[in-house]
Formats: sequence, C-alpha cells, structure tokens
Amino acid sequence: MRYYRPATTAEAIAALAAEPRTSRILVGGTDLLVAMRHQKVEPTLLVDIKSVQDLVEPITVEDEGITFGPTATMSDLVAHSVVRQWFPSLVEAAALVGSVAIRNRASLIANSANGSPAADTSPPLVALNASVTISSVNGERAHSLREFFLGSRRTLCCGGEMVTSMWVPRPAPRSSSAFERMTRRRGVDLATCSVAAVVDVDSAVTVGLGAVGPTTLLGGPGASFDLSSPEQMERALDALLAAATPIEDIRAGKPYRTAMLRLLAKRAILRAAEQRTDENLALPDVLGGRSGG
Amino acid sequence: MTASEVQLDDSVGETVVNVTCTVNGKSVGFSVPPQRTLMDALRYDLRLTGTKTCCAEGECGACTVFVDGVAVNSCLILAAEAEGHDILTIEGLGEGEPGGLCDLQESFLEAGAVQCGFCIPGQVMSAEYLLRSNADPSVEEIREAMSGNLCRCAGYERIVAAIRITAQKRANR
Repeated sequence: MRYYRPATTAEAIAALAAEPRTSRILVGGTDLLVAMRHQKVEPTLLVDIKSVQDLVEPITVEDEGITFGPTATMSDLVAHSVVRQWFPSLVEAAALVGSVAIRNRASLIANSANGSPAADTSPPLVALNASVTISSVNGERAHSLREFFLGSRRTLCCGGEMVTSMWVPRPAPRSSSAFERMTRRRGVDLATCSVAAVVDVDSAVTVGLGAVGPTTLLGGPGASFDLSSPEQMERALDALLAAATPIEDIRAGKPYRTAMLRLLAKRAILRAAEQRTDENLALPDVLGGRSGG
Repeated sequence: MTASEVQLDDSVGETVVNVTCTVNGKSVGFSVPPQRTLMDALRYDLRLTGTKTCCAEGECGACTVFVDGVAVNSCLILAAEAEGHDILTIEGLGEGEPGGLCDLQESFLEAGAVQCGFCIPGQVMSAEYLLRSNADPSVEEIREAMSGNLCRCAGYERIVAAIRITAQKRANR
C-alpha cells in the first residue's frame, strides 16, 4: 500500500482516478481504518486530502445556506453557532456520532459519502434538502443527497471521484428540526433506527429515516396537519413512514424496530414543532447542556 | 491545472513514510510502512507504551492522545498523518510536575479510580481534554464527554469523582 499526500484537488482526483477500484480517500479515517483493520478493504493507495490547499473550506455561511468542505468534522459542526441555530437536527445527530475523540476526526461529508443507511448525519441532511458536489477528472456535478444514495454503501460517487462539498440550504423562517436515534447502548453505538424531522411554520413535515432501508429515506413533505390531533398524527406518520422497510438484524428485531421508528418519528416531529416557537432555540440536553452560540 | 491535465508518475505515494513531528514537546522522526497507526508508532517506534492498544478500532478509548491539543483515538490515525503535528501522550501530561504526575492523575489515585489500570491513560487524556474546554462539568456532562472511554473493572463512579475533584482543585488554584 502507498500513502500519498497531494497539495491540490486536481492531484488528488488524478491519483484516485488512476486506481479507481483500489484507491481510497483518507480524511478522518474513523471508518476507513476500521475497515482496513478488519480487511474489508485493502487499498493500494491512500490519498490523504488534509494537506490539499485548494480544498473547500470546512464551514462557509452565506445568506441562503451553508457550504461544508471535506475536512469539516462533527466537532466543528457542534461548536458552530450558526449551524446550531439553523440545523438543530444536524447538530443533534453530529453530537451523537461515536465519542468525543471520534467526533474530533470524523468528517461530515465522509459520513454521507460512505453511503451507510445507518449514518447518523444522513437523515437530517436528507430532510434539510442537502446536496453534494462530486468532482472527477471530467469535471464537477451536483446532486441532491437523496438521489446520491443508491443502496447500502453505494452512492453516485464512483471510484476515482471525490465529494468536494456539501450545501445545506437555510431553512424557512419559523421552521425547525429535531433528531431522534435509538441505540442499544447509551454510549458509543450505531443507530438501530433514527429519524430527523423538519416542521415548517404551517406544520408541514418532512422526515429523514435512518437504518430502516437500503438507503437513508425521505418522507414527505406532507400536507399540513393539526399536530395536537392524535388521529391526524397517526395518519401523517403512516404517510411519512411509508417508504421504510425495517428488517431484523444484529441490533433489533423487525417488530421492535418498526415500533421504535414510529415512536421516534412522533417525538422528533413534536420536538421540532415546539422549537419553532422558542425564539432562543435552546438545544436539548443531548448536547450536554451547552445552548446558544 | 485540472485533474485530467495532471501528469502523475506511474504510481504516486510512498511505500515507506518518513515522519517528523513533535511528541511531548520533543522533535522526533521515524520511518514506517503506510498502514502503521499512530498508536503503534508511539508504542513500538518511540517506546512510549503509556498509550494502550485495546480494541484498536475506535470504540474503547484506551489509545487516546492529543494531536494539536485535540483528543483523538490514535488507533484510527496513521503514523503518516502525524507529520508536522504536535502529539501529547500520557507520558507528557505529568512531565515537569512534582512526582511526575499532574493534578488530574493524582486525583485518579486519591479517588481510587485505578483498578487494573489499563484504561486509565486513555481516561486521563479524555478527562484532561474535557477540563480544558469545560472547567466545571456536571456529572452528566462528565459522563457524556467520557463515554468513549470504557472500563471493565469498575463502575465509572470514581473516575467521575476524580474529574470533579480536579475541577475543584483547579478552581481553587
């Protein structure tokens, strides 16, 4: 195996493209090194992009949204006041990835680029209508994150290509979002199932669903409904969760997973709805009591 | 120059990586195969065996060190990635202190937090990182921040106590 540390995006992509099936991008390494240790992947070339000088900046805030670069870590997101204010569900998810030490290295973009349907940050990003830019020797192309995911660990980013940025549009005024995750343990763990809910000012709901299908799933946006009506909530949940196909696996049986998905969806929707009216957008305890900017 | 215009040598990258970095305040150099982790380079190439190998896949925290002041799992970092960076291991934490231990390490001993001791270097590094960013953490905040460090001997109570004691010590300084 060879280790390469290019100085430009062009060099990085050229190196990846020269060995498309066996080269791998190295950013945080929190997924790749585990896979290498278990010999699930045996790269011929590691392209460490952390020294690339023309890489997209980790976090750039504009009026219409935020651009994330490949080196934006989960910890960067959790600490950023505007990301916390605009995308509570994304920050809640980022704060649950692994542990502090993992979050200090794990790349937000790589979490999606790995294409795992259980990735914590994917449901919020899908519900928030994120898009990615893929760079290759043939140029750049952009896709919504929802269409980026093709199947378990399969995405529109092919061998020899690199996701160079992610764009998340600023949410509509007086909307909010929340993220709920079920795990077996309270500490370091992967999701049994997860839900991100975006609720807008008219109570129209969009959800992103994790670990209940071959990819992160999108539900809605559904029609506005009365969130305080249990009957209407159940009907809305039926529609929003229709695409989910929970299975039995090592983390949960099918009935439990199906039931928890519904429970988490309801919690995420109601919490997101409640946050719409809170001017200070105080963030819940899952973030260790740190609130505000 | 676009990616399609870049002319690469037949095979880019190195099969042996020469690394120069700072470890515990001293400049060091080592030559390693690309797949060697920082954890293994610290332990085998630099003989700093305070950092422990346990799960070696980012779940247990026994290998926790600081890179540029940030707590990380050294088992998930290649030695090659350390180039030009500043590493602090458990050996460096108490350097220069009377008795060779810092106040946090003393607190771990006072609180009876050390049983077999294997998880302790990682626990101490993570605890130090917590206290540097949050000088007065609540029990809940401590448990959340330390949840990446596993202990098979004890019930974590005395580790939490050691951290609270240290926060108090530092506030009183």
